[in-house]
Amino acid sequence: MLIAVLSCFILACFAPWLHRLGGRHSGWLLALLPATLFAYFASMLPTISQGQSLQFAYAWFPGMGIQLSFLVDGLSLLFALLITGIGFFILAYGGRYLEKHKDLGRFFVFLLGFMGSMLGVVLSDNLISLFVFWELTTVTSFMLIGFNHEQEDARKKAHQGLMITVMGGLALMTGFIMLGMAAGSYELSTILNSDGLTEHALYLPMLLLILLGAFTKSAQAPFHFWLPNAMAAPTPVSAYLHSATMVKAGVYLLARLNPGLGGTDTWLLMLTLFGALTMLTGIFLASRATGVKKVLAYSTVMALGTLTMLLGLGTETAALAAVTFLLAHALYKGALFMVAGILDHSAGVKDFTQAGGLRHSMPKTTVVAVLASLSLAGIIPLFGFVGKELLLEAVLSASKWHIGLTIATVIANILVVLVAAIVALQPWFGAVVETPKKPHDPDIALLIGPAVLATLGLVFGLMPFIADKGLLAAAAGAVYGQPVELYLALWHGINLPLMLSLSSLLLGLLLFKVWSGWRQLTNFMHSAEKIGPEVVYERLMLGMTQFAAWQTNTLQNGYLRNYLITTLGTVIIVVGWALLRVNQLELNISFQDMRVHEVAIAVLLIFSALIAVLVRSFLAAVAMLGALGFGVALLYVFFSAIDVGITQVLVETITVLLLVLVLYRLPEFRSLSSTANRIRDAIIAGMTGLLMTILILAITGARQLEGISDYFLQNSGPLGHGRNIVNVILVDFRALDTLGEIFVLALVAIGVYAMIHLRTGALPVTNSDRRAAFNLRRTQKDKAKADAKAEADASAVASKGEE
Amino acid sequence: MDLEVLVALPIIIPLLLGALSLTVLSNHSAQRWLGAIGTALLLLCSVWLLLHTREVGIQVLEVGSWPAPFGIVLVSDMLGAIMVVLASITGFATALYSLKTVRKRFERFGYYPLLHLLLAGVNGAFLTGDIFNLYVWFEVLLVASFALLILGGERAQMEGAIKYVTLNLLSSALFLTAIGLTYGLVGTLNMADIAVKMASLEDQKMVTVIASLFLIAFAIKAAAFPLFFWLPASYHTPQVAVSAIFAGLLTKVGVYALYRVFTLIFTADTGFTHEILLWIAIFTMLTGVLGAAAQFEVRRILSFHIISQIGYMILGLALFTPLALIGGVFYIMHHIIVKANLFLVAGLMYRLGGSFELKKLGGLYRNHPGLAVLFLIPALSLAGVPPLSGFFAKFILIKAGVEASAWWAVGVALLVGLLTLFSMIKIWNEAFWKASPEPNPAVPAPTRNALLYWTIGLLAAMTVCIGLFAQPIYQMAEMAAAQLLNPAGYIEAVLGGTTP
Repeated sequence: MLIAVLSCFILACFAPWLHRLGGRHSGWLLALLPATLFAYFASMLPTISQGQSLQFAYAWFPGMGIQLSFLVDGLSLLFALLITGIGFFILAYGGRYLEKHKDLGRFFVFLLGFMGSMLGVVLSDNLISLFVFWELTTVTSFMLIGFNHEQEDARKKAHQGLMITVMGGLALMTGFIMLGMAAGSYELSTILNSDGLTEHALYLPMLLLILLGAFTKSAQAPFHFWLPNAMAAPTPVSAYLHSATMVKAGVYLLARLNPGLGGTDTWLLMLTLFGALTMLTGIFLASRATGVKKVLAYSTVMALGTLTMLLGLGTETAALAAVTFLLAHALYKGALFMVAGILDHSAGVKDFTQAGGLRHSMPKTTVVAVLASLSLAGIIPLFGFVGKELLLEAVLSASKWHIGLTIATVIANILVVLVAAIVALQPWFGAVVETPKKPHDPDIALLIGPAVLATLGLVFGLMPFIADKGLLAAAAGAVYGQPVELYLALWHGINLPLMLSLSSLLLGLLLFKVWSGWRQLTNFMHSAEKIGPEVVYERLMLGMTQFAAWQTNTLQNGYLRNYLITTLGTVIIVVGWALLRVNQLELNISFQDMRVHEVAIAVLLIFSALIAVLVRSFLAAVAMLGALGFGVALLYVFFSAIDVGITQVLVETITVLLLVLVLYRLPEFRSLSSTANRIRDAIIAGMTGLLMTILILAITGARQLEGISDYFLQNSGPLGHGRNIVNVILVDFRALDTLGEIFVLALVAIGVYAMIHLRTGALPVTNSDRRAAFNLRRTQKDKAKADAKAEADASAVASKGEE
Repeated sequence: MDLEVLVALPIIIPLLLGALSLTVLSNHSAQRWLGAIGTALLLLCSVWLLLHTREVGIQVLEVGSWPAPFGIVLVSDMLGAIMVVLASITGFATALYSLKTVRKRFERFGYYPLLHLLLAGVNGAFLTGDIFNLYVWFEVLLVASFALLILGGERAQMEGAIKYVTLNLLSSALFLTAIGLTYGLVGTLNMADIAVKMASLEDQKMVTVIASLFLIAFAIKAAAFPLFFWLPASYHTPQVAVSAIFAGLLTKVGVYALYRVFTLIFTADTGFTHEILLWIAIFTMLTGVLGAAAQFEVRRILSFHIISQIGYMILGLALFTPLALIGGVFYIMHHIIVKANLFLVAGLMYRLGGSFELKKLGGLYRNHPGLAVLFLIPALSLAGVPPLSGFFAKFILIKAGVEASAWWAVGVALLVGLLTLFSMIKIWNEAFWKASPEPNPAVPAPTRNALLYWTIGLLAAMTVCIGLFAQPIYQMAEMAAAQLLNPAGYIEAVLGGTTP
């Protein structure tokens, strides 16, 4: 089983090379894999149709309860057969359809990758591995929608589809996490058999999150707009991902979880409401569209809505109706999309209004199109008819709101007939219309897929027991949660569903007669679309980027002083807040032991700091900073830390000298700040200073413990062999610190060396060039002096913005 | 043989390499060999240390044989050892990448010594068990990174470097103040000893005050909200190899320091400290990702994403549950590799596409499909697309958030994941999918990029493997988290039975 799923990915990796090997028939070559897989899954039919299920598990990430476990029952087998079966035709079809496209090799990569992911979704037993595959279908779908990536439109729509489905995906993941917490396991086989999920405290949030994921994936209103936009993908992709398989992943998930999470009022309300809404929105928009793929895409939205609605009802009939409708839809919609591709490929027709009378030049295609459309319209004896009868029966027997739902379904059916009539009649019959290409029936690779699928629609319709033969019942049983007793039949007798069906057929055909009138009548949609969900989505995206730009310009504004203000402000707020929480803040203030020279030094320190801030000349400020430093050194000396005092004196001397040397080249202070700014800065500086003072006083007041210093006092002589304790600490007790600091000095040296020599347009430094460089430098020296002033001005300005 | 010395090797090796390369400054090939082979050796030793720590338990080396808490100890617990391995991986990848990208004149001015010493500083910070020694290593890596940042001397570099060094010195000053206050309060510098003594104090509120000072000092280093300004101001200015190692390692040292002190020392008042951390995490995620959404230059986009990812890591610490810490450690492991790699990819995009500006890039998917794949792997991983490493990192954190009912954090983490994808797809759409804006680039793309491809491919393979084989990585994160949550083990290992 694992091999079955992974084989698609492995083949995908080698697809570009196999494509080169296979040449013109590479599609057929690669299609061997889905054919094999189809046979493999078909071999499970006997077991599954008896209502049993198969499980396979492989360890992956047991720490988080994630394993690659697979569950094959009626529902997953139905999907797996659809994925591999239709996938077989799509690969053959795609190979021919995109024969001359330079990226065909990459197309196969993504299509096979998608196939593996989709199989993973429907076969996974573990919710998290299901989610992994789910996201992979999203990514491969993105790559395929944007397949013609040099067109801006395709890129934009791929991006849109990705954002919508990933948003849902993230919600889904969170929902799965909650579901896993509630059920104590991520295994579907356990979850669906556990009781009390619907009473769990997390039921509502989990349900809503999972529904968001399923609804976005399955293009339910108001997220339906990404699906028609996804038609930017090549037609084989539309046929496969965006009608037959991927968009049904959401529906699959709802069907899968129905036994565990379904049956509540919230479930019923959400699913039937959004389902019915989507059904009507989809078919209404389909009836107004004229682009071939648009019409089909919107009618897919309708089908997805219908399926969601049926799953919401949750009755036995509804479950059977859902799986039947799903199979019927996959067959006819897959066929119709491939026909749409043929129309484009062989006649250059992309819009229904551009075509007519093609039955003469494309007779075989016409037959296929009509057959599939009849199933779409739900006309006896096609399989679509069976699905539609069950749908009406399920709606009529709904436990709540059955009148409203029936009306909605009938209206949808009328429009479905209209759409089916457009597809079945418009391009093929009537007067011949000039097409961009000379129309002809296509090659077998293009025609076989739709032909087989459309024929299956007829066969299953005439002999529903073939399709039934346990599989659909088993699938419906998996949806319903217990074995389903119903059976499929073409003829249910003359009853209410049949009457409703017939009347919608008539009304739909009437509507087709006045199709252009209908489109004009509903022109108000143009203005309605301006406030539609797609516009909302785009506004949101625009708003997000605008807000992001505003926020970033506000925070990351390029001014170092603002950064410092914010940083110090954070210190004041957070540390100040923590200080305020201290119950009894004991500040160790006592002036009793103070001696005169200490007071004198303190006064000196305060004054030099103040003057350094207030004075207008650089030199004076530097001198004052020096005074401050020497004052601190004096303090060290008076408190018997002679070594530290000496070090401080040295550091201060060098710093002042260096600063004076540097400042010699800089211009005078210029006053650029307003008074308000100065006051603000003074407040922040003052508060920071105050905070630090309080901290020091508070800590010296709170000291309660004996430290490690006694150890150093006692052992520096006997063990460290030195009488200067500071020295012993530096070179022995804490030698690693000193080692680190030595390297810091080395690093500073490298940095300074590089900073001085390595500038853009720096002077050459190799030995042979030294002399030349020296001469050059002399000539440049005078110029440099003149430049220095200008440069300093410029850098002051430049530091305002990082751009 | 006494294997405790092993703990010092990840510091000693790069220190020696740095000193050695300084002596052969004008011999380019010797420097390069030292760079590539030396970092490979470092990587081997680090992996050995990690495996040893995993098997035997926390390793302690008393430097100079002075007993703890009086001398300095080097400690390798799971978190420290994991971080050292990650640093060594990044260092090795950067060294390989540098072989082909760093210009000779930069080599002449100490590129390789700086790189080695930066790694020494980073590894020292990860391994030290002494709070003042941690400060020293912070200084080493700050000065080394500053020198690397200005290597080249362009005006933009200087400007970024001034902001970088000013704000980071402020952080160092706060850190030093906090150390001073700690020493004033408990009279010791050994972190395990500090933990013991702090816990014995009556007035825990004063401890919290010191904690808040550490919190801000490290949050500046980690580039958390609202203290991240230095990062977007400077990270896009140096050479790509330098950006890559910065992106992978520097902020993570701050994150590591937060993890260390807020699990070992300051755990008595989590209602205050970890609540602040939680909100810092939330805003860091959000402001970072929005910052990226507003950028159109690849390196700037990536720089802002570093910030938002830091938010996730802090989130793991802030939630402070076993699962959250596992998630945080897992996230760090995933992130360092992915982030460094993305910068390396950006460098290759520049070589092949001629620009870092999205507007000027294009056609890379058509012309360089290999690069496209190697971009997609780290980019999608960063956005948390399964089954890559970032997915599991995010998954664990979000599950931890759900379990802790931290709904704001969960919501923001999810939203930020979506917006991260938005940014990555922006780069993809513009630089890779869009047709090249200039049909014939004026400068022919440099050839002989094989080594760069191999380097990027190596890191991308790691990203894939962390995803596909998440279990062993998870087990290491689990061990690290267990040690963090039960500091008694760490204290016992450092102080032995002598604890009062």
